[in-house]
Amino acid sequence: MKYGYYPGCSMEKNARSYHTSTMAVAKPLGIEFIEVDDWNCCGATEYIAINKIPAYALVSRNLALAADQNDSENLVAPCSACFLNLKKVDHYLQENTELKEKVDIALDAGGLSYEPGTINVQHLLETLSVDIGLDAIKAQVKKPLYNLRVAPYYGCLVPRPATMGSFDDPEHPTSMDKILEVLGATVIDYPLKAQCCGGHMTQISENTALELIRRLLKNAQDSEADMIATLCPMCQLNLDAYQDAVNAHFGTKFKIPIVYFTQLMGLAFDLPENELGFGKEIVSAKPALAKITEQAPKPKRTRERGKKNVGLPMPIMAEEG
Amino acid sequence: MTDTLTSRPPTLIDKIIAETPGKASNLYACLQCGTCSGSCPSGPDMDHSPRTIFAMIDSGLEDQVLMSNTPWYCVSCYYCMVRCPQEIPITDIMYTLKRMAIEAGYFREVDQDKAPEFSETFMDLVENNGRSFELGVVMRHHLRYHPLSAVKLATGMGLKMITKGRMDFTPTKIKNLPQLKAILKKAKELGGAA
Repeated sequence: MKYGYYPGCSMEKNARSYHTSTMAVAKPLGIEFIEVDDWNCCGATEYIAINKIPAYALVSRNLALAADQNDSENLVAPCSACFLNLKKVDHYLQENTELKEKVDIALDAGGLSYEPGTINVQHLLETLSVDIGLDAIKAQVKKPLYNLRVAPYYGCLVPRPATMGSFDDPEHPTSMDKILEVLGATVIDYPLKAQCCGGHMTQISENTALELIRRLLKNAQDSEADMIATLCPMCQLNLDAYQDAVNAHFGTKFKIPIVYFTQLMGLAFDLPENELGFGKEIVSAKPALAKITEQAPKPKRTRERGKKNVGLPMPIMAEEG
Repeated sequence: MTDTLTSRPPTLIDKIIAETPGKASNLYACLQCGTCSGSCPSGPDMDHSPRTIFAMIDSGLEDQVLMSNTPWYCVSCYYCMVRCPQEIPITDIMYTLKRMAIEAGYFREVDQDKAPEFSETFMDLVENNGRSFELGVVMRHHLRYHPLSAVKLATGMGLKMITKGRMDFTPTKIKNLPQLKAILKKAKELGGAA
């Protein structure tokens, strides 16, 4: 299946392992990602804070290029912020005619045009969990990730805002949980899975960000997670590169590797290691990955096992006679 | 809308709604229930909680609203937005408040207000290259405004990122930069700051 692909700036260097592992898992799943030629930055959460019309025009250029170049109406973004910006701009341009008129004039100055609604913007997780589906993913699993305890972390911008429709629950998403389960990993209950990593706050108010990062790490550690799987370059950067700063600030000893869910997919698919980008993370994933066994974990002992099922205590009637 | 609403001169709440895309007019129907404040991960650092800000907007306290650090502490997590019973696009309103505060020249020159500078550094990079790279933005931001923390950054986390091959020093330039510049120039004429 053909998909337009918008990598976003992070994927070029910082989140290179996300990009290469995405490309690697796409092949066996029969996905062909066609990169939008000459795409520009989406503006992240910064541009919109300064200039409204330019911020919308900036994103619209990408939508226009994607609509022009691709024979696929689907545009996949693996980065949460890119995904949200592309989807939100497309949505608001359909809703707000005054905004659309202004953006149209701006695009025209560059010889471009875009009809809102032409492009269907998807996050990579949606593509994999909804379009491709769990069965197709399961069929590719050659080396299951048995006994690897993974905390699925979604962050904010993929499940939310739900006002323009969402493929998953905005507060308790489960699509990545299901993918990781199919890979054979032990998915832990992670109540903070959709909480914020602090985004750009590490640069603006470090203490605010460090507390948000600490909560996420603590929650994963409490459930004895071996690692956290993420789907966003910003979340990965904050949780991984600022883990030392969190430890220094709070006197904690967190050492939780943060990897992209596509890296784990590639590992379970038994794809060449050099395409998966392990080793780029600052907190090494090696010790955690060494825990993977060939044997599936024994099913958990349930409370009832070894006990007679006596049911609810009921009054015993005196025997007659 | 009744006649009184349309015939009176626009108040602060009208201006904010006009500048915000989406169903911003729902702000007129804010219940003051405080779900937004209760959902906010950075609420404790704000000088007014989101609920308070909406009450202040309704009361027309323009200076206090635009001087508040509240929008600058918004992390854009959209929790308030999915939980708001009146479906107010709160995150988008926070962006509007940021733009209005910049336009009005409000934001105090203290440590906690690095936010506008950070956004501006980011924009410069995008406008001149077409692409950004978060680590480059971070370094430039610190070198320009906070040289001491740039040194701390370069020797600590930055160094690790360089050795892991995750840090660029120059951003990639897009091919058709003149096209992007023409679009942005026109866009700025149409709806400049705010």
